[in-house]
Amino acid sequence: MADLHFLASPARFRRLSQRVLPSLAFATVLMLAFGLYLALIQSPPDYQQGDTVRIMFVHVPSAWLAMAGYGLLAALGASLLIWRHPLAALMARAAAPVGAGFCAVCLLTGALWGRPMWGAYWVWDARLTSMLLLFFLYLGHIALSRAYDEPERGDRAAAILALIGVINLPIIKFSVDWWNTLHQPASVARLGGPSIHPSILVPLLWMAATLFLLFVLLVLLRTDTEIDRRRLENAEVQS
Amino acid sequence: MLRRRHMVPFLLEVADLACRRGGRPVFERLSFGLAAGELLALTGRNGSGKTTLLRALALLVRPAAGTIRWQGKDVGAEPETWRGRLAWLGHLEGLKGDLTVAENLDVAERLRSATRPDAERLSAALAAFDLAALADRPIRTLSAGQRRRAALARVVLSGASLWLLDEPLNALDTAAQAGFRAALERHLAAGGLAIAATHTELGFAGMRTLELGSPA
Amino acid sequence: MNGFAALVARDLRLVWRRPGDVAVVLAFFVVATTLFPLGIGPEANVLVRIAAGVLWCAALFAALLSLDRLFASDHEDGTLDLLLLAPWPLELAALAKCCAHWIVTGLPLAALAPVLGVAFGLEPEVLLALAATLLIGTPTLSLIGGLAAALTLGARKSGALLALLALPLCVPTLIFGAGAIEALATGGDFGAHIAILAALALVALATTPWAIAAALRQAGE
Repeated sequence: MADLHFLASPARFRRLSQRVLPSLAFATVLMLAFGLYLALIQSPPDYQQGDTVRIMFVHVPSAWLAMAGYGLLAALGASLLIWRHPLAALMARAAAPVGAGFCAVCLLTGALWGRPMWGAYWVWDARLTSMLLLFFLYLGHIALSRAYDEPERGDRAAAILALIGVINLPIIKFSVDWWNTLHQPASVARLGGPSIHPSILVPLLWMAATLFLLFVLLVLLRTDTEIDRRRLENAEVQS
Repeated sequence: MLRRRHMVPFLLEVADLACRRGGRPVFERLSFGLAAGELLALTGRNGSGKTTLLRALALLVRPAAGTIRWQGKDVGAEPETWRGRLAWLGHLEGLKGDLTVAENLDVAERLRSATRPDAERLSAALAAFDLAALADRPIRTLSAGQRRRAALARVVLSGASLWLLDEPLNALDTAAQAGFRAALERHLAAGGLAIAATHTELGFAGMRTLELGSPA
Repeated sequence: MNGFAALVARDLRLVWRRPGDVAVVLAFFVVATTLFPLGIGPEANVLVRIAAGVLWCAALFAALLSLDRLFASDHEDGTLDLLLLAPWPLELAALAKCCAHWIVTGLPLAALAPVLGVAFGLEPEVLLALAATLLIGTPTLSLIGGLAAALTLGARKSGALLALLALPLCVPTLIFGAGAIEALATGGDFGAHIAILAALALVALATTPWAIAAALRQAGE
């Protein structure tokens, strides 16, 4: 039954990923090079934030990817628990540290941006705090999936956690917003079109696309590694 | 009208059952049937999958393949009805150390059937394993053999159709073993079924044996 | 429903046989709370300001502390198998376990908090409000903590892991529980906080029993 689903079997996934990975890596490097040119050289400094605004070209996409990454974990968790896709477990194991990494990048760049702008590395801003809690959720997922002698047990426990976590994320976000109203209004996704100047928006979206590719690349690479690792472990059990 | 003599129909039918653990098959293509009043002994070396098979039959472990049918119906379709037909004795007794023998039997029966066992059945189950004198002792003060007897009394009390027993004779002395045999005989004579994983000879006439393969 | 009642009654009886386990949790709550004035200083207006947050955090830690045995003892003596094999929904059994946990932990914590609040110089009406927020908020802690306990069943270092899993999920309850008291002091909307606390409890009630049951089934495999 599981074979009916696209990419359900790890072996087929491997064949496909081997074919895709080199060109994906190449594309990511090219896009990153051009994205850095756009972000660091071509785009003008902000009239208020000066050169600090360039941090946003990494900070904002990292935040998006960190949130999307947790959504991915939940989707993979559902597919593991409902359809028992063996690949979903391996991919979740691969994706969680990547998502946590983007979350950490978001927090670090937020702190670096906050120092000149707010005068402090850390401010209990609602969005930063939500991101910090998301980071904790990632840590829990990573720790739980690796806390069992039988890796399959950890995979399924982490899958349940991801599903509950994704239900709770909006609630956490809402309560943190309530708790702290000291935050800037979201500007990119605001109703009535973006209010950001195109000279900033273009590099931002370009970097978002680049980091998205980087995310996919890292997850695929790490999934490959997880497949190898699981095979080795099973081989050890059988020998 | 002449009725053709036919085999007693199987109540429990297991077909092509396979279980995996940690990506490794424990057993594969396992098939057997069991009719009313029959006892099946599971034998095989450590790690051959006796416990896994019992857990799969109880739907505690999801099999990788195969079917388990009761009266021709797949038991997974109505798992709660199926669980209601089972009495379980694992390698752990399933008794609370801080509760007395009688309290343990009482609460186990209420969890199983949502009814309080009447005093008569309770004392009969206790008597079957010579536990009447120990009824008000907390489990934690009992010896291993006495705990095993209390767990067996819980199985007898359940009145379930199918007993799933993992090493029922563990830690039992000769008198207790005789008590267990008598209780099992009564259960089978009343049309019950039992599957017992064991490495000790149960010594029942008409008992069937299933030897599980022994991967290294 | 009979099985549910039987399970709650069994767990309460087990606690009754070993009252020390609950006493330790409550003692932790008292001691942990007392440390804050010692660490921060006995200045009255500071203590009044931090009281609700301190009591809520300490209650959260105390509740978590008592949770790692919630399913572990049933797992170790084999009674978890009997729950898995009971012919009624495991979700109800999960709910019964959390319910019993709340009765022996959440309820006494809510009763004890106003007494400790006196030491922080809280006004009588604030003390009542504090007990009310804990009464409405602690069921959520028992449910979320129960889920973390079920997920970490049989894991290495399960105690610390349990806290890591449960704490971020408990943040909304903490925010609105402690926030309600602050709202009372600053003239905010106390009722809204209470309503949201209750809503959080309902969300936990609607989602966690299924997740706990799923986690327990995994542990049984």
